Amino acid sequence: MAAPLGTGTFTEETGQEKQDTQEKDKAIPPERAEEAKLKAKYPNLGQKPGGSDFLMKRLQKGQKYFDSGDYNMAKAKMKNKQLPSAGPDKNLVTGDHIPTPQDLPQRKSSLVTSKLAG
Amino acid sequence: MAGAGGGNDIQWCFSQVKGAVDDDVAEADIISTVEFNHSGELLATGDKGGRVVIFQQEQENKTQSHSRGEYNVYSTFQSHEPEFDYLKSLEIEEKINKIRWLPQKNAAQFLLSTNDKTIKLWKISERDKRPEGYNLKEEDGRYRDPTTVTTLRVPVFRPMDLMVEASPRRIFANAHTYHINSISINSDYETYLSADDLRINLWHLEITDRSFNIVDIKPANMEELTEVITAAEFHPNSCSTFVYSSSKGTIRLCDMRASALCDRHSKLFEEPEDPSNRSFFSEIISSISDVKFSHSGRYMMTRDYLSVKIWDLNMENRPVETYQVHEYLRSKLCSLYENDCIFDKFECCWNGSDSIVMTGSYNNFFRMFDRNTKRDITLEASRENNKPRTVLKPRKVCASGKRKKDEISVDSLDFNKKILHTAWHPKENIIAVATTNNLYIFQDKMN
Repeated sequence: MAAPLGTGTFTEETGQEKQDTQEKDKAIPPERAEEAKLKAKYPNLGQKPGGSDFLMKRLQKGQKYFDSGDYNMAKAKMKNKQLPSAGPDKNLVTGDHIPTPQDLPQRKSSLVTSKLAG
Repeated sequence: MAGAGGGNDIQWCFSQVKGAVDDDVAEADIISTVEFNHSGELLATGDKGGRVVIFQQEQENKTQSHSRGEYNVYSTFQSHEPEFDYLKSLEIEEKINKIRWLPQKNAAQFLLSTNDKTIKLWKISERDKRPEGYNLKEEDGRYRDPTTVTTLRVPVFRPMDLMVEASPRRIFANAHTYHINSISINSDYETYLSADDLRINLWHLEITDRSFNIVDIKPANMEELTEVITAAEFHPNSCSTFVYSSSKGTIRLCDMRASALCDRHSKLFEEPEDPSNRSFFSEIISSISDVKFSHSGRYMMTRDYLSVKIWDLNMENRPVETYQVHEYLRSKLCSLYENDCIFDKFECCWNGSDSIVMTGSYNNFFRMFDRNTKRDITLEASRENNKPRTVLKPRKVCASGKRKKDEISVDSLDFNKKILHTAWHPKENIIAVATTNNLYIFQDKMN
């Protein structure tokens, strides 16, 4: 017997499986159960998942903030002292350390040929 | 579909795989788009590193009648570079979001490629002859002393090794505040649209300093933002018609003859939701990640997180067909939300005759649905299956209960192995399937 479209079943239902499905119908639908799990883990989760907060984050992808004023003032202050180096972990840029162009991750274009062409 | 019997079922075989074998994938190598050209002779891929690689199908070998030509590298170039918008403090990724081919008009090939902000028209041309026998230049390019020239000759073209050159012919920039998700060439072959999260623009292929805004869904107050545009496409035959899909699971069909700004749709396609089934995840999983017209133009297909839907353009209130891609994930939505997989954007495609649709899933699985026989199949893109002319074995995911031999349980699926991009040759049963950093080509078994 072909499964009707949209029910999400791949296989024919045998007698045993029919009973299981009926039991499932009486139980909480899987989506709701998953929702309960999520709310249990993150009780502060907002009510509207598709709402403006979520969409705003999506629209702002790629935002990186750099204040040239701060940068130049710090550079001037540091002129007499030695510029603190980034330390062993170049990705850790915190505290008094002012990022210099050398410290920021390089955004060079791929000079290497794609491996698909290899 | 393979194995189920019936003479018309396609038997898929591995043909080729492109890309590195190593497990450590560099971010630049992540494939972000795959597209056949109109004849199917060329296959283009774009990646996160902003590079385009074009493969060309070999001419069929008369002696090897049991297989079609292989796809070999034809051209590769850097389409987009990373940029930084200093005014907005925005990093602009070089990732190629979409490639669309123009129909071939002359010897050269043209394609549009786009990243988040800029669309480029690339011309790919062949050079297989070069002029030789200049009077004033030596063969190596040095100029001859004119006083030493005693006779004149006519330079001739002589054959040379084929050189394929890619050059950017147009750059369409500065028209999108938000991130471009789609480009689509109009059937008039003169104009095209580009869509970002909130706006759709209409361009003329010859004009780069001007673009018309045809859809704008940005609310006056951004706090009232409730949905974004996720994909857009021109109708294949009707040059005034296009559709765009949204993050809320709706598709709007617009007619450019109705008004200059198509904010009011001509048709709104939306499947009514059962309110008793509504959950935190409902809207997220209903977000449409891809919309594609059938070649006939009568139908369109949409992909949301768990299903593929076919819509008849004449019926707005529900799809005519719905296919479940991986329904077993419905009971995993909590963890899929936590690891962000629920936001993965799967694409979908039609075969040349609009009888079969295909889309990707996790664990490097991809699915095909035969609209006529109503049969579906799950196949895997894996190097373990790479014996040419051996039919691929169908895969099965065990949702719950006893796992049969050869089945894989939902909890064993690798969610890092996603197939987001697939393409079907416009005429033949040849498909291109992109895993994270490899491109697989499968063909049907020819007897």
